[in-house]
Amino acid sequence: MIDYLRERPHVPLIPLVFVVFVLGWEWIVRAWQIQAFILPAPSMIWAALAGGLKSQLFIAHFWVTLSETLAGFGIAAVTGIVLGAVVSQFRIVEKTFYPYLVALQTLPKIAVAPLIIVWFGFGITSKIVIAAMVAFFPVLVNVIVGLKTVDQAKLDLMRSLNATRWQTFRMVQFPNALPFVFAGLDIAIVFSVLGAIVGEFVGAQQGLGNLILQYNFALDIAGVFAVLILLAGLGVSLHLVMQALQKRLIFWAEPEEVIGA
Amino acid sequence: MVAPLIVVSDLEKTYTTKGRALVKALGGISLSIEPGEFITIVGQSGCGKTTLLKILAGLLARSAGSVTLRGEPVNGPRRDIGVVFQDPVLLPWRTVLDNVMLPIQVLGLDRRHYRTIAVELLRLVGLVGFEDKYPQELSGGMRQRVAIARALVHEPSLLLMDEPFGALDAMTREFMNLELLRIWQQAKKTVVFITHSIPEAVFLADRVVVMSARPGRIVEIVHVDLPRPRDLDMMASDAFGVYTRKIRHLFDAKGWLD
Repeated sequence: MIDYLRERPHVPLIPLVFVVFVLGWEWIVRAWQIQAFILPAPSMIWAALAGGLKSQLFIAHFWVTLSETLAGFGIAAVTGIVLGAVVSQFRIVEKTFYPYLVALQTLPKIAVAPLIIVWFGFGITSKIVIAAMVAFFPVLVNVIVGLKTVDQAKLDLMRSLNATRWQTFRMVQFPNALPFVFAGLDIAIVFSVLGAIVGEFVGAQQGLGNLILQYNFALDIAGVFAVLILLAGLGVSLHLVMQALQKRLIFWAEPEEVIGA
Repeated sequence: MVAPLIVVSDLEKTYTTKGRALVKALGGISLSIEPGEFITIVGQSGCGKTTLLKILAGLLARSAGSVTLRGEPVNGPRRDIGVVFQDPVLLPWRTVLDNVMLPIQVLGLDRRHYRTIAVELLRLVGLVGFEDKYPQELSGGMRQRVAIARALVHEPSLLLMDEPFGALDAMTREFMNLELLRIWQQAKKTVVFITHSIPEAVFLADRVVVMSARPGRIVEIVHVDLPRPRDLDMMASDAFGVYTRKIRHLFDAKGWLD
């Protein structure tokens, strides 16, 4: 036990920092008598979170945001991988669409959100579209890079066996790209949450983003914080699921450097 | 007289560099190889030996001349040729056995039948019990053994090897040379082996092809009449020294070795 702590002195410090931070926050709010609609004390936030969870209110909104996120992510993952594969396999496609890709990638996708609401309405569809749009580019870019970084010796090996293009793609290029694909998917899952929340901000009837706006207007800041905690939990869990999947599926490689969008 | 397995005649290869200059990599190579022969090709870096091997493997087009395997022209990769590259080039997501089975999968051959051959080859290269390991769990020498098994699994008649042990340390390399001779004798293949080590070339070969650079040409073909099976003690023998000295003189005389 003592040896363990000697090698990892940071392990007990992590919860300690949290406790000190929360207690300090509580103390400052009470000592300076800060108004709850400016900054609520952690105890109030905790009460709001517990209450929200108990009344099923949070759960209902949570499911809406989660399904928007997952649907958007799924669409982004499938289209990103398929289009990335097509772009990397056909030179002419890559050369033709590259300038458009760069232009679209530099555009802040979130700025298009109001338009998407106009086209797809206030329901869940528009949020899925926005989440997919935001998450699509990190997948696409990483798939293209991954498929291109295959070493020439492996391609020579396949050529010496008279392999078809499809065989080379399936047996060498695609598995070779998987570490990059997962790096892209890992960013995409976090971006999907972002897209869903932004969509709910712009115009929605339900979801955690919508709930944040409602609480904000009602000056229920403790409620806002409670929803933020829920969102942080959602983001972290999704990221951990991705990492666990990556470890299982790409056991042979170290995680690739992430290429952001 | 047996019909030769490979006949290379007046083979030339010319490259165009980025500056639009023509570079002659191979200038008129003629060579015929008997079935079951162990041929080594020795020459300094840049003498075109890898280019020659790639043309034999059908990976590179020739500029002039002809290459035939059993009388048929080699115009592309063929299934009766196995290639071992400088690096093992194993796929890290496949087990050792699945790496060896790659050619069978690509060529669409009967997997059940060739699986027994793959297991047998792994035994031949000394990797019993490693079938389900992954390449990254193996040492450099072991990985190159997997590559050799993979090159043999689809039962090619010709094995082309491009400095396969160049990246190994000296002791492992000597050991791998011995192992290769043992495998060659059991598998009864024709081998063309490229190296820049004169002792390695003499130790392995029936005939050593000595190449010069720019353009790559055959300077001399040295018959090595050392008894088989060979062992490492032979490398200290007078007869061995005569061969290595003769080849070194060929290089010295042309001023290729500094």
